[in-house]
Amino acid sequence: MMTVAELELKSIQYRKKILSMIKHANAGHTAGSLSCVDILNVLYNQILNISPENFALYQRDRYVQSKGHSVEALYVVLADRGFFAESELDTFEQYQSPFIGHPTRKVPGIEHNTGALGHGLSVAVGMALAGKLDRRLDKVYVLLGDGELDEGSNWEASMSAAHYKLDNLVVIVDRNMLQITGRTEEVNQLEPLEDKFVAFGYAVRHVDGHSIPDLINIFKSVPFENGKPNLILAHTVKGKGVSFMENGTSWHHRVPTDEEFHAAIRELEQAEKKWRERYGAG
Amino acid sequence: MELGKPNLDVFAETLLELGRQEPNLLVVTGDSRGSAKLAAFCQTLPGQVVEVGIAEQNLVGISAGLTAAGKKVFAVSPACFLTARGLEQIKNDVAYSDMPVKLIGISAGVSYGALGTTHHSLHDFAVLLAIHNIDIVVPADNFETRETVKAALNHPRPIYIRLDKKPVYHLHHPDTVFQIGKAIVLSRGSDVTFIATGETVAPAVMATRVLTERGISSGVISVHTLCPLDEESILEAASTSRAIVTVEEHSVNGGLGSRVASLLLEKGIFVPFKMVAFPVEYMVTGSQSEIFAHYNITPQGLAETATRLLCSKQEIK
Repeated sequence: MMTVAELELKSIQYRKKILSMIKHANAGHTAGSLSCVDILNVLYNQILNISPENFALYQRDRYVQSKGHSVEALYVVLADRGFFAESELDTFEQYQSPFIGHPTRKVPGIEHNTGALGHGLSVAVGMALAGKLDRRLDKVYVLLGDGELDEGSNWEASMSAAHYKLDNLVVIVDRNMLQITGRTEEVNQLEPLEDKFVAFGYAVRHVDGHSIPDLINIFKSVPFENGKPNLILAHTVKGKGVSFMENGTSWHHRVPTDEEFHAAIRELEQAEKKWRERYGAG
Repeated sequence: MELGKPNLDVFAETLLELGRQEPNLLVVTGDSRGSAKLAAFCQTLPGQVVEVGIAEQNLVGISAGLTAAGKKVFAVSPACFLTARGLEQIKNDVAYSDMPVKLIGISAGVSYGALGTTHHSLHDFAVLLAIHNIDIVVPADNFETRETVKAALNHPRPIYIRLDKKPVYHLHHPDTVFQIGKAIVLSRGSDVTFIATGETVAPAVMATRVLTERGISSGVISVHTLCPLDEESILEAASTSRAIVTVEEHSVNGGLGSRVASLLLEKGIFVPFKMVAFPVEYMVTGSQSEIFAHYNITPQGLAETATRLLCSKQEIK
């Protein structure tokens, strides 16, 4: 099991790889991947019972990335977990590559094809329900974007999750307050979001979506309440880790210029240097 | 011809038999167990029923998730809602994600008759034929329904099965060979062949009797599978008949008729051809049989259509 410090280093390294991938492909969803990568880091390195060895089995945890556009973060983490060689990411969004701009099952380790918003939660509900019917102990995790909550299908799925008392379902909302057009509250008001989820029957918890120890603790305390689906409002910053990308609407799917790319990498290398000063070689 | 049961009844009975043997078989319904004739299934195997309420998008998505986790899922909902409201989920979560869900569109076509356009599905072949990786089966009688449902259980690909509501005539001997993707040739005719699907096959069979009395040799092929299409049987009929009439309970656009027409053209087979289907217009009010009659999908109407087609060919000569 990796230590918190080791995971924190991974987060910095993942961010560098995400940016390199996007720069190399000259395409990608930059800010959303930086927003959710700490969540994926903790899930895949600390929480999920998912590995290349058990992926073909039914009895294991499952992770569905409903906000499919943040696929870069998922690819980078899956490569690090040994699902495929990291060099394959050089083909991201290239002609005939399986590494397209949204998750597909053509890529080892991907659970479900996503990309159209508002689909992952129903699918995860089906997976969790199968687990309940078979009296299995594994869990199903699904990551939603906050802007994605505009889609009504999420609320249909939420009703079923509560109806079937799916306390083996863990819904994580990447609450970075932004969607492509601007602030979620200005595009289509979501708040009071906690009240809405509570009314739909979830046990709701808040977490700092960039704090590795807090994320570990929140995932380890699932189920929050017996018989209720779990919902984690992960408070995040879109573009997290690169100062000039943070909280900016323009970075939803903007590719950094050469200058911006090098500045971003320098910032992350600075963070890595600080980490080494604090924890030693790493 | 002997009248049988509604195909929906046969579907429900067959599903119950299969469900008793296969504990992983699940029925997912959207507040439609009554109209799907699933009361007996729900009473006998309540642990194998998942109810999602009136929410077709969720119905399809949950069915995909259950399938991913190893269940054999029959997702049941009126065809009009399933293939329109749930279309993006069918496209992405079932077909694109390669989840072999069995989508059962009930009370399809104009089964709901006078309930109006909201309840008709005359678009489903067109939209599903344009989507990669979903097979489409439209049983014509009780035999085809039973065989389709049995074959669907372990079918390796996503499949859409379209069922109507009313009792249907028996068309096949129980020993008939049935295979998804292989059309059944009911009879052969040197003058005209009806290429029909679903509940329009029976009126086509009856039309051949009318034509026999007129001295016209006609045949019928039941194309129960629209995708993958049995091109061989269709091409064989087109090369041995002087004319082809397609019949379907669907829009003229994007269904069996247009598939057959493009196939014949691409193969360089130029025969007199008539597509009997529903024009894209505000639908007339009436029961299913009245709507069929309005658009000449009756034994007499189809016989007239075929006769006119053959006569016009002679005039051209």
